Amino acid sequence: MSSAGKELVERGLDFIRKLDEYAGLKRRLVLVKHEVTTNPAYGKVPSERTLNEKLRLGIINLDKPPGPTSHEVVAWIKKMLGLTKAGHGGTLVPR
Amino acid sequence: MSGVLPVALESASKIIGYLMLSTKEYVAVMQLHGHVSEKRLKEVIKSFIGRIYQKPPVRSSVKRALRIKEIYNIEILEIQYPFVLMRIECEHGTYVRKLIHDIGDILGAGAHMRELRRTRTGPFKEDETLVTMHELSEATYMWKQMNDDKPLSDIILPVEFGVSHLPKVIIMDGAVSAITHGADLAVPGIAMLHEGIRPGDAVGIFTLKGELVATGIARMSTEQIIQSTKGIAVKTKRVIMNKDTYPRLWGRRKSQ
Repeated sequence: MSSAGKELVERGLDFIRKLDEYAGLKRRLVLVKHEVTTNPAYGKVPSERTLNEKLRLGIINLDKPPGPTSHEVVAWIKKMLGLTKAGHGGTLVPR
Repeated sequence: MSGVLPVALESASKIIGYLMLSTKEYVAVMQLHGHVSEKRLKEVIKSFIGRIYQKPPVRSSVKRALRIKEIYNIEILEIQYPFVLMRIECEHGTYVRKLIHDIGDILGAGAHMRELRRTRTGPFKEDETLVTMHELSEATYMWKQMNDDKPLSDIILPVEFGVSHLPKVIIMDGAVSAITHGADLAVPGIAMLHEGIRPGDAVGIFTLKGELVATGIARMSTEQIIQSTKGIAVKTKRVIMNKDTYPRLWGRRKSQ
């Protein structure tokens, strides 16, 4: 088992703990298998994604301004970033 | 109204359902139409915490049938007659304007919503990750015109944050490809998982590197998974990861 793989698991789990903390999720992780590893040749820790990767697999915590509809705001962002698809989580009425 | 509106880009859009169905928090200003004692105001507001009946307003995007919505908490932040500033934590799909109107009716004096701001959508709150349209457009300018992609890259969070509120199941590299092709997650593919998962719970399926592979519905509890050696643990619901991210290892056994 490579030490690079084990080190990558450590960083992966750190990232997952960061997600739990972000959401205020207070649950313990339970081990099912011991001595796990991951192949550094595939995938990467999400915090290391390039901008182009983030534009495909990213999310923005937007402070919607009052006035425009949620739909209009998403349309602007799509145009601004040159995206084909974007969606928002829960409509906020304009006023 | 203004406030926390998570916007998911491209493939990340597949997870917005989990945000739409998540808990919301608002800060609202209620304007009272007549005088009400502070004691009575507090009593009535408290009585709205819990499961309430709500008929969606005339101008709404859903059928106007009486619905049951859960109000997790209402906290009065400030009273300055006729205005009452409060924080409301509620189930998705609650109409705050209607809630305030109904509080006014029970008070007898009547009331309407004067201001509203959403302060939380599921895991997203008013914290250092919240960005304005101005900040976003500035960062986009730096990227497009100045060739500096750092500001925009810092603003866009990995899609994983959008499902950070879900309990997580972390899987072995060898199980990833099959899941991205739509297979359900079997017990042997699981490396670790959160405590307290019950059958029927929505879960996130993650790699050991912390990448979101898919979302799913648990078929077994955490305990059942620990005690089993086989069987379907999670039914795959929405695949987020690209199919070619991890190598295809399944289906090889036949040739061995």
